Amino acid sequence: MKGNGKTIKKILHYLKPYWFFMLCSVIFAAASSLLALYLPVLTGEAVDLLLGKGKVDMDGIAAIIIKIAILISLSAAGQWIMNACNNHVAYCSVRDIRQSAFEKLQRLPLSYLDSHAAGDTMSRMIADVDSFADGLLMGFTQFFTGLLTIGGTLVLMLMIHKWVALTVIVLTPLSLFVAAFIAKNTSSLFKAQSKTRAVQTGIIDEMTGNIKLVQAFSHEEEAQALFDGNNEELGKISLKAIFFSSLTNPSTRFVNNLIYAMVALFGGKAVIDGLMGVGQLTAFLSYANQYTKPFNEISGVMTELQNSITCAGRVFELIEELPEPEDPAEPEEPECAEGAVSIKNVSFSYDKSRSLLTDLNLEVPAGKRIAIVGPTGCGKTTLINLLMRFYDVDAGSIEVDGKDIRKRSRRSLRAGYGMVLQETWLKPGTIKENISLGKPEATDEEIEEAARRSHAHSFIMQLKDGYDTVIGEDGGQLSQGQKQLICISRIMLSLPPMLILDEATSSIDTRTEMKIQDAFAKMMQGRTSFIVAHRLSTIKEADTILVMKDGNIIEKGRHAELLEQGGFYSKLYRSQYEM
Amino acid sequence: MKRLLKFFRGYRKECVLGPLFKLLEASFELFIPILVRQIIDTGIPTGDTAYVRMRVLLMAALAFTGLVCSLTAQYFSARAAVGFATRVKSAVFSHVQGLSYTEIDRLGVSTLITRLTSDINTLQGGVNMVLRLFLRSPFIVFGAVIMAFTIDVRSAATFAVTVLLLSLVVYGIMLITIPMHKKVQNDLDKVTGSVRANLNGVRVIRAFGLEDKEKEHFGKANALLLKMQILSGRLSALMNPVTYVLINLGLCFLIGQGGSAVNSGRLTQGQVVALINYMSQILVELIKLANLIVQLTRALACAGRISSVLEEESSMNDGEKEYGGNGGAASLRFENVAFRFADSGGDAVSDVSFELNAGETLGIIGGTGSGKSSVANLIPRFYDATSGSVSINGTDVREYRLKSLRDHIAVVPQRSVLFSGSVRDNLKWGKKDATDEELFEALKQAQAYDFIMEKEGGLDYTVAQGGSNFSGGQKQRLAIARALVRQPAILIMDDSTSALDYATDAALRSAIKNMEKRPTTVIVSQRSASIMHADKILVLDAGKPVGLGTHEELLKDCPVYREIYESQFGAEK
Repeated sequence: MKGNGKTIKKILHYLKPYWFFMLCSVIFAAASSLLALYLPVLTGEAVDLLLGKGKVDMDGIAAIIIKIAILISLSAAGQWIMNACNNHVAYCSVRDIRQSAFEKLQRLPLSYLDSHAAGDTMSRMIADVDSFADGLLMGFTQFFTGLLTIGGTLVLMLMIHKWVALTVIVLTPLSLFVAAFIAKNTSSLFKAQSKTRAVQTGIIDEMTGNIKLVQAFSHEEEAQALFDGNNEELGKISLKAIFFSSLTNPSTRFVNNLIYAMVALFGGKAVIDGLMGVGQLTAFLSYANQYTKPFNEISGVMTELQNSITCAGRVFELIEELPEPEDPAEPEEPECAEGAVSIKNVSFSYDKSRSLLTDLNLEVPAGKRIAIVGPTGCGKTTLINLLMRFYDVDAGSIEVDGKDIRKRSRRSLRAGYGMVLQETWLKPGTIKENISLGKPEATDEEIEEAARRSHAHSFIMQLKDGYDTVIGEDGGQLSQGQKQLICISRIMLSLPPMLILDEATSSIDTRTEMKIQDAFAKMMQGRTSFIVAHRLSTIKEADTILVMKDGNIIEKGRHAELLEQGGFYSKLYRSQYEM
Repeated sequence: MKRLLKFFRGYRKECVLGPLFKLLEASFELFIPILVRQIIDTGIPTGDTAYVRMRVLLMAALAFTGLVCSLTAQYFSARAAVGFATRVKSAVFSHVQGLSYTEIDRLGVSTLITRLTSDINTLQGGVNMVLRLFLRSPFIVFGAVIMAFTIDVRSAATFAVTVLLLSLVVYGIMLITIPMHKKVQNDLDKVTGSVRANLNGVRVIRAFGLEDKEKEHFGKANALLLKMQILSGRLSALMNPVTYVLINLGLCFLIGQGGSAVNSGRLTQGQVVALINYMSQILVELIKLANLIVQLTRALACAGRISSVLEEESSMNDGEKEYGGNGGAASLRFENVAFRFADSGGDAVSDVSFELNAGETLGIIGGTGSGKSSVANLIPRFYDATSGSVSINGTDVREYRLKSLRDHIAVVPQRSVLFSGSVRDNLKWGKKDATDEELFEALKQAQAYDFIMEKEGGLDYTVAQGGSNFSGGQKQRLAIARALVRQPAILIMDDSTSALDYATDAALRSAIKNMEKRPTTVIVSQRSASIMHADKILVLDAGKPVGLGTHEELLKDCPVYREIYESQFGAEK
């Protein structure tokens, strides 16, 4: 329960705009449950009029019936309005929470997003928010009405007959004790169950997720044996957990039934002794039924609320993550966008205990082509992350056209770059929308022209609806290479002053690549370009080749110079030609 | 759905006893109003306290027997539900393992995982609920109506009409709201989609400065969801008030009728009270029932989805012949082979013919989408050729028993996947009884020995789920080692050295060449360097073979091959 207070405060903050609906909900809940409570009194009065043959006051009964009819219509209407208000509050506040979570998502530093599984963030924004809404709804609907019903019943019972009422009051906690006792003892079983289930999900995820590989190695029998072993274990634990937790209902019902019997006993005696009427006894009996029910409901609501607060806490964690540092209030934008880049004494690491880039220096005059090569993990992609300001340097500075990039707005900096990454990403939408991502105002002709230059036009035309073909999540039916071609079309259309190509053609076959080489070369003319590539043939033409290893630039120069040096680069290059 | 019912076999006893004991408990509950009636009609007017005490004792006894019965019922139904779900899960898991690539492609792996996990869990809950509760509520409702009949036929008619009206209303509301719930789910999917797209595409979105646009887009999806939720919420919220009104109108009617009946001496006061009590029992149970039905439809939907997986038949027939061979390399032959993916308009590859002697190496090269992998996939029968034949050691692959065929082929897939466990566990996928020496040998050949030895524990080093504690290149080398451990008759490397630098790639190839039992090797690649020293090279272009021969021959005669080569090595060489 610790820390819940803070979360509840935050929840209240989101509920605040809907205070009017909440007020309505409370008023109507009170009205409807109090009216409903009065019903047994009326029924009891009617019963009391049924004295026997020829002694029934039919007019009195008719009057009571009319009262009951009015009562239930009002109570039902109140209940419906309360529900509608609750829906409104719960769903609207949940919408607001999702919206602010999404807005935070747009401002979170890449370091957060890179180090947190996308699945986790998604489940916070979708599943957790959903269970929060469920809990909130249930809480609103049942908690307050439950409390009112308990209180109201108490008062009414005490009014009818003190001693019988006291019997009920004294005995009720018994059922609560029973429920709490069972819950306490089953929670460890549930924990064991979810642990085993997590193992099972892991097995399913691995073995079914890689089913093709399992089959290729005819590993099916082993996989099945592994799964069955865990499945049996889960079955045993689940049986226990389910059985013991399902003891709650029958046990509390048993206690409730006993209370009911006690009321019948003491009430019956009281009637015999002339202390109350038969109608009052029936009213009492139905109160005894009603009185214990909300207790059970409320204990259910409490667990649900607890769960919903935990879920809300997880969403708030996301919402409260530290965002990227704000852009400067008065950004200093360079007067011209030529694309001269200078990297001065830059140090950077993702994990502060292990340094990656140390004291890196590099001057890139405008319009030059820089190729970066080196083994995996040498810091190539990191350099790009820093240039785009996806990450900020730990020390030193990066300047573009003479201005420190931290003094500019991120948007203007990034608008200066055209970026194609190895990991292509297409937005769910049409091909056209995807190509014009960087230039939404582009005409159809411009889009087609860009696609032609990147040799994407021909395959786009083969798709069902050409440029209007809708591509689903993850690019759907397009091959990796085709996706890369579309990404290249994007920058061929927007033509920014600087280019970043990180393995931009890795999935495109070399023949097609050669065909778009010309277009690439033309585009790179006069544009500062940073190229990361595996294929050495694509970088031979660069003005400067940086050879990186373990975060340092170990060689630097033109292709021919580096070959002459006979260092790491020449070794790498020769391995392509020699066996 | 029938397919699932058979998994109840062996739990028949539980399935009968569970509901039976539940019904017993419910019928005890139906006696309570009668006892109350007796207290009012007999005990009170005569002032017989002992009689009242007797009835109350009976009530307590009924409550206790009810408790025993319902505990028994809970036990049996939990057993049946868990046992059922455990068996279904095992069966679905095993069924999925037996599906061929064609079915897996069509269904998609992520659906299969959802069905195995959350769908079966929902179903288990549903079964448990049905056995425990679903029979109880209707039983009490109808039981109450019947009890009312035994008290007074004329008043009981009111019951019958009320219950009928209620069922209609509950049914009607559900009929409207269930499709609306589905719409809400769809809208939620859109919101989820938007979040996922933004997580995966964060770099592109930021690079293009699209944050505001995405916010707006998300806002729209979010607003749509809200609208639907509120609409369907409003309708669902009708359920309780409407049942409440109907039942109580029935009650009003009952009081009016009961009044005149008592007046005419047809009924006693206690009998009317009993009738009123039955009416309120009906109310409580109907509300429970309505909530149950909503959950039940969910469980049924899951059952349908699970059942549809079980209905998938593998489109591949198993052969009977055992793979003979002498443990050495195998010969491989393609004869006019064409292959087409199911649901696809055109052939992925066609007219492929070649012959490869034992121990030779075949390189397959071509652009993306040229059908390279498709050719390789036909060898271990991941897919069957649509026409023509693929034969190993002179026997059509379709005649071999699948397991025995695949036991002699090792594949290094495009995407290298490692499993959680130790490095040793992973390598042993290749050969179950491999000794450490064999594993070390394979690691050396795959150029993975050095980095594994640097890890703490060497072969015992733990591989995290998805192999996330290894780099892409390291994973590829481990995947290669896993294949080499098998000492296969045929080794297939499907573009599996893409993350290796050229030097490592070259060292790997020469290591395979010098293997003691050199397998017949098929290398699929986009890199000329990876295949140029192969005995034969097959050049594919848009699914058609356009060249077959050695590097020198192809360089001379095959323009496509020359173009590929020159695109990588430059024309001057």
